[in-house]
Amino acid sequence: MPNQFQSNIPIYLQLVHKFKHRIVSGELKAGSKLESVRDLAIRFEVNPNTMQRALTELERDGLVYAERTSGRFITKDTKRIHKMRDTLAEEIIEQFILQMKSLGFSNQEAMELFQNKIEKGMIK
Amino acid sequence: MSQINSMESNQTNELIKIENLSKRYQKKQVLSNINLTLEPGHIVGLLGPNGSGKTTLIKILTGIIKEYNGSVTIHGNVIGPATKALVSYLPDNSYFSKWMNPLDVISIFKDFYSDFDENKCLEMLRRLGLNPKQKITQMSKGMIERFQLCLVMFRNAKLYILDEPLGGIDPASRDFILDTILTNYNEDATIFMSTHLISDVERIFDTVIFLKDGEIVLQDDIDNIRSSEGKSIDQLFREVFKC
Repeated sequence: MPNQFQSNIPIYLQLVHKFKHRIVSGELKAGSKLESVRDLAIRFEVNPNTMQRALTELERDGLVYAERTSGRFITKDTKRIHKMRDTLAEEIIEQFILQMKSLGFSNQEAMELFQNKIEKGMIK
Repeated sequence: MSQINSMESNQTNELIKIENLSKRYQKKQVLSNINLTLEPGHIVGLLGPNGSGKTTLIKILTGIIKEYNGSVTIHGNVIGPATKALVSYLPDNSYFSKWMNPLDVISIFKDFYSDFDENKCLEMLRRLGLNPKQKITQMSKGMIERFQLCLVMFRNAKLYILDEPLGGIDPASRDFILDTILTNYNEDATIFMSTHLISDVERIFDTVIFLKDGEIVLQDDIDNIRSSEGKSIDQLFREVFKC
């Protein structure tokens, strides 16, 4: 299956997250048109009402806007997209710190390991 | 959901209305005091282990079982010819005769149901690579299931009742069946579908109903369940029905 969902989180929230990721990564371009709810529901193999709910949530976040007759579009507001990118990055970093902490690493140690990994990656 | 329903100009938004429905076979109580209201525009999962009353409930809705206590209406009509015209039903077993090929069945459907889209069905046969003149008895089980689903989904009905559409099928058939359901779903209709293969299909439901020993023990929106229970429908099902 192309699209897996975690079991303990509402599906619409997982869809919202997938879309945010696709928008900030540029896979979905600013100002571009989204497929219809039905087509998106088929693509992600989810209930159309669930997809509708996810898109409504994205509209509320200002990442997507609807035009009465022509459908839904990704926002043209690149500032907003950058802001969302920062928010997502922050979430990932928070996760990293929490998980390192739970393994017993101090911030200092975690930082060093992180630095190390990046440098190694860059030599290669 | 309400924005979909508000488009309905109909006086009632109740597609299915069941009140105090009970059914017993001799001494065995199969359904007890079922109350259920479903609106158009949903894909509803009817979930329960074998013997929980799923098929009995479906047979009452489709007019196959006529004796029961309580009140059951579809789109405001008591079960009968009027509701049969509104309901497209996929039974849990095959009803084809030995001599039939897909073209025979399609012509029967055309005669019986004015809302049947013959062209869509023929087109789908082509896409499936099915020979319309091959006897159905010679087709594989998965193919028969796909064909049967096409027949049911290519009617333009108000209510689709699918009794275990994912019988003993392989993953490719499963994907085909889910895609066919989602592609042909429309906002004015509701799909009411029983299954015991929950983990594979729960994502296409918006509402699920748990049936246990003939009683509804849960009816809720799937994402409500996920956020309030922190579990998938499949996980919750396994807990509720633990032996």
